[in-house]
Amino acid sequence: MKTTIRIYTALVFIFLYLPIAVMVLYSFNSINSTGVFGGFSLRWYRELFRDTETLTALRNTLILAVISSLVATVIGTAAAVGIDKMRKRWVKSVTLAVTNIPMVNPEIVTGVSMMLLFVFGARLVNASGVLGFWTILIAHITFNLPYVILSVLPKLRQIDPHLQEAAQDLGCPPLKSFFLAVFPTILPGVLTGAVMAFTLSLDDFVISYFTSGPEFQTLPIRIFAMTKKRVTPDIYALSTMLFAAILILLIAINVLQARSEKQQSKKKY
Amino acid sequence: MTGTESCIISLRGVTKYYNGEAVLRGINLDIHDKEFITLLGPSGCGKTTTLRIIGGFVTPDEGDVYFNGRRVNDVPPYKRPVNTVFQKYALFPHLNVYDNIAFGPRLRKVPESEISRRVKEMLELVNLRGFERRSVNSLSGGQQQRVAIARALINDPKVLLLDEPLGALDLKLRKDMQVELKNIQQQMSITFIYVTHDQEEALSMSDTVVVMDTGEIQQIGTPEEIYNEPDNAFVADFIGESNILDGTMVSDFDVVIFGRHFECLDKGFEKNEAVDVVVRPEDIDIVSVEEGMLSGVVTNVTFKGLHYEIIIDIEGFKWMVQTTDFWPVAAVVGIKIDPDAIHIMKKSKYSGAFGDYSSFSEELDKLSELEAQPEQPPVEEEIID
Repeated sequence: MKTTIRIYTALVFIFLYLPIAVMVLYSFNSINSTGVFGGFSLRWYRELFRDTETLTALRNTLILAVISSLVATVIGTAAAVGIDKMRKRWVKSVTLAVTNIPMVNPEIVTGVSMMLLFVFGARLVNASGVLGFWTILIAHITFNLPYVILSVLPKLRQIDPHLQEAAQDLGCPPLKSFFLAVFPTILPGVLTGAVMAFTLSLDDFVISYFTSGPEFQTLPIRIFAMTKKRVTPDIYALSTMLFAAILILLIAINVLQARSEKQQSKKKY
Repeated sequence: MTGTESCIISLRGVTKYYNGEAVLRGINLDIHDKEFITLLGPSGCGKTTTLRIIGGFVTPDEGDVYFNGRRVNDVPPYKRPVNTVFQKYALFPHLNVYDNIAFGPRLRKVPESEISRRVKEMLELVNLRGFERRSVNSLSGGQQQRVAIARALINDPKVLLLDEPLGALDLKLRKDMQVELKNIQQQMSITFIYVTHDQEEALSMSDTVVVMDTGEIQQIGTPEEIYNEPDNAFVADFIGESNILDGTMVSDFDVVIFGRHFECLDKGFEKNEAVDVVVRPEDIDIVSVEEGMLSGVVTNVTFKGLHYEIIIDIEGFKWMVQTTDFWPVAAVVGIKIDPDAIHIMKKSKYSGAFGDYSSFSEELDKLSELEAQPEQPPVEEEIID
């Protein structure tokens, strides 16, 4: 039984990670070949950084990820506080369900419907060529929101419901008491949400593809465009970098969560 | 509003509805300076809501709240000269002990050197010398409790509000803290308004006890008055053990129970007025049938350490008697009640609500259930805001 499990686990890992490993390996290939490894080189990375279109895409992706995750974190945290304060259970569940729709909705449906909305909205005000930075930003904020809300809400549930009252009791006006007493306590959840939003924004392709115009390319869209021509190892290099960035962020999220869990267990003596 | 000027806090006709249901009905209460006053009652009786109204966290729907004769209904909590010790302490988990206690003075921009001196003073007061740098998460329940008290007292409040502060502590610690809290109150000579469902806690600490039920005050008095002269069957039943019987006041100092005349010390009732009669179990003597005023059969004996709790069936009514003498089950005995052991109450909506001790064991189970989960928030917590 044990060996079966081991073999099964090994198979899962092979199917999951072997393609990535091969891709990473070939991104360091010194020759332009998909079959032969000609030796280690950074040739394709150098080439990538000479390509202005790729660099623009990288810049776009980072700007988009930073702004969308920040905005989503602010709105999402405020929303979580509001949802947490809801007294009527059914109002709470309905709100949560509505909030979660972007998360469970197939990405392609979200993408297409948002594109439709933007184009339709533009028609109404007689504008054209509306798809671009602002539309993709709105789209990214939208699909990031539920992740922020879902990582902040549990933190709010864990804290003493009287924290904010305690601060007010000691002479603190209501809004200030939120920032002095509640916010530092839920900060781990807020940070986790922010990093998660950043990660999702970084690697999103489907929704970005539908809601951005030809003037605003992100890295995943750039990779997709490159594959339409000839597949060259610089695509592997770009994908490898994207993979590495996401991996680092995922580890960061895990560390953040583990740390706040440790704090939580300490509190229970 | 007579009397509001001489009191530090007065409530006048305070009523609070939640979802159309009254959780407080016309509360009138005067709280004097330097008094240790306890709001006592079962879950959902409105005691916590009353405290939160005084703290400013809940606004009454009707009636007024006065601090030193000034109406404060619309004064927000952060502008009220009171401080609160919350039920689960509500310490700031991201701050250490020092910063928790310094929270109030820092908001008032007190110089840091003064704060440091005061924090030290407060830590001495609550017996936590040297705990400044400790994380509040690493403290035991009792220690967190002390930090919460220090954090409130450092602001020199005129009144300290305490919401079941000992509820989450174990029995032994609770007893120690009771003594300590009383000492702190006397040392600081300020007013304590204390909320609890534990009648023993209320009796042993308070100058004044306010017994509440279903959003109404049932009785206000000293612990002795509350225990010895309960106003109605609810108070008699909630405070200590009581045998509550139907009686008829035939004339002053003469009450009839079970068709027999008993001499008592009460007067001023209508002729032949139906009344509730309270006899505390410790005030009853078990004697031989010949000597007894009433007689019956022992149905249950429980050893309690200090005494035996003996249930005696007298003409269908199960009496509880606490005595140091042992009587076996099935013994036929008489009971003797002195005039000063009988207390007469007017009939109230609670008359008949508390029967005899026939369902004795069930009642005990319910009590021990309550004991087991004292940290559970009272029902009224749900119906705030």
